[in-house]
Amino acid sequence: MVFSEEKMNEVNRLIASYPQGKQKSAILPVLHLAQEVNGGWLSTEAMDYVASLLQLDPIEVYEVATFYSMYNLHPVGKYIFEVCQTGPCMIKGSDDIIAYIKEKLNIGIGETTKDGMFTLKAVECLGACGYAPMMQMGKTYREHLTREKIDQIIESCRSMNN
Amino acid sequence: MVKLLLENAQKEGIRFLKTYRENGGYQSLEKALKMAPDNITEEVKVSGLRGRGGAGFPTGLKWSFLAKPENTPRYLVCNADESEPGTFKDRFLMEFIPHLLIEGMIISSYALGSNRSYIYIRGEYAWIVDILRQAIEEAKQNGYLGKNILGSGFDCEIFVHPGAGAYICGEETALLESLEGKRGNPRIKPPFPAVKGLWNCPTVVNNVETIAAVVPIIKMSGAEYAKIGVGRSTGTKLISACGNINKPGVYEIDMTISVEDFIYSDEFCGGIANGKKLKACIPGGSSVPILPANLLLKTAKGETRYMNYESLSDGGFATGSMMGSGGFIVLDEDQCVVKHTYTLAHFYRHESCGQCSPCREGTGWMERILKNIETGKGKMSDIDLLWDIQSKIEGNTICPLGDAAAWPVAAAIRHFRDEFEWHVLNPEESQKRNYGLANYASPLALVS
Ligand SMILES: Cc1cc2nc3c(=O)[nH]c(=O)nc-3n(C[C@H](O)[C@H](O)[C@H](O)COP(=O)(O)O)c2cc1C
Ligand code: SF4
Ligand code: FES
Repeated sequence: MVFSEEKMNEVNRLIASYPQGKQKSAILPVLHLAQEVNGGWLSTEAMDYVASLLQLDPIEVYEVATFYSMYNLHPVGKYIFEVCQTGPCMIKGSDDIIAYIKEKLNIGIGETTKDGMFTLKAVECLGACGYAPMMQMGKTYREHLTREKIDQIIESCRSMNN
Repeated sequence: MVKLLLENAQKEGIRFLKTYRENGGYQSLEKALKMAPDNITEEVKVSGLRGRGGAGFPTGLKWSFLAKPENTPRYLVCNADESEPGTFKDRFLMEFIPHLLIEGMIISSYALGSNRSYIYIRGEYAWIVDILRQAIEEAKQNGYLGKNILGSGFDCEIFVHPGAGAYICGEETALLESLEGKRGNPRIKPPFPAVKGLWNCPTVVNNVETIAAVVPIIKMSGAEYAKIGVGRSTGTKLISACGNINKPGVYEIDMTISVEDFIYSDEFCGGIANGKKLKACIPGGSSVPILPANLLLKTAKGETRYMNYESLSDGGFATGSMMGSGGFIVLDEDQCVVKHTYTLAHFYRHESCGQCSPCREGTGWMERILKNIETGKGKMSDIDLLWDIQSKIEGNTICPLGDAAAWPVAAAIRHFRDEFEWHVLNPEESQKRNYGLANYASPLALVS
């Protein structure tokens, strides 16, 4: 995996936002970029690449990548449904949303559909408790979820890939 | 009701500098740059502003602790990690009126002498990262950021740093570790960030709402700000309300309103949804004690409870709760306190950084026991065991996450023990229906 020139410019902008010699601070944002370029997950190769860009030992990057829940350390589907399951979402029916997605896509939590399209994750409070139940999909939130909304979302993901 | 932060938040175009300025934006900055930095800190002190991140520490006092050794940079770091379940107020502020935070950051940076300031925002708020970066760019183009701001001689840059999913990074020293590119393990204190913070330099960490509040304080003066509210709860507070209410959302209140009015008035939560009855509420984010309806609306002395720091904590943990982060979670008569507490225990187990054994082991143990009780496999002795575990976590850890994990369990048992016992005694029935309202909404026997 290598970054395009555009991504490299972004990396350099990120590094420049910290004082000289503190480029280690850029690990988190650069790992986000690497995950995006690498199909939604961080392979060892991708992490080693980030280490080389920031002049760090690979272990410094592994340590960080394994701590934070947004980094996927295994391959994932093209679309990731990250459904919040914490208290405030639970009382508004997140259990039912998770059960419905499981049934509809025939996968369990943490699993990916056979066609590589969808991954289901159960995650913790995303700061959308007033708009529950909800899930994160890539860079956006889908809020006030219902079974019908889930149907529509799955439908539109599939149609975009036909 | 007076609004100092969100007055213009729903105005068309307020996300952009032009409209923000047309509505009085950046006037506080212009005023502040003509003041001496220490006078700004003084205004903040006089205002009585208390940290809006959860602990309620007086902001002006915190600023005055900042060490100022020569030839050492100082940093202002804005805590936008917002991950406490029930809390979504900072998101609202940043999403709709980002320049308010940016203006507050520049004024605060000037007061503290920070030429490089950071906004540490939870990584999941990815679209808000873009909104903030755009606002910063606009501010730069208009001379509000960069070198020699508005001819004052003050230089300042603001950078947005996204996290990557870890509640613990909201704890200020874990946040600093994370900003340095490490795992979010809280540091042992002292030294405090005011002396050794980011890259070992003196640092102030403040919540989004705290920093935004500096803008109206400078505009109206600290003394005028202090007149709003009551006692040591000055100014306005953002409350994010969720759960079984008619109108979930973010509300700006002045802290003289009663809890009852906040829940039932149409201006705010609009009452309990679907005509149900109020059973319980966690008034300040998942970490603070849950209260049954009767103790929520009135204190143990039978006095009206108000939405402010003092009143919410009236009675201590025995019969009160806390203002916390302002995450107001309402549970109606159909909700199961055991299950709700179990999801929170799961949350804290998942978010423990694992450095201290009471927290690492205790959170997992509490989660397992609560799961057993919730699924009808609990024993009566489990309830006492839970109590024992939480009491051994509290106060015995490096950072307050241990306490934050212990308190919700302790309060649930303290006030809802009958519901736990019912689960144990009725393992089958408890899988089919919930315990219900019991007597939680009945008038209290007055304590003299
Ligand atoms: C586990 C834990 C999580 C926290 N999360 C946040 C948070 O998301 N946002 C926040 O502003 N403060 C959070 N805090 C409080 C911060 O440590 C710190 O007190 C606060 O940012 C100081 O700002 P303030 O004085 O303006 O409130 C958290 C504390 C703990 C112990
Ligand atoms: S109390 Fe928990 S989260 Fe805090 S440092 Fe200890 S193990 Fe980590
Ligand atoms: S509990 Fe689901 S977003 Fe907060």
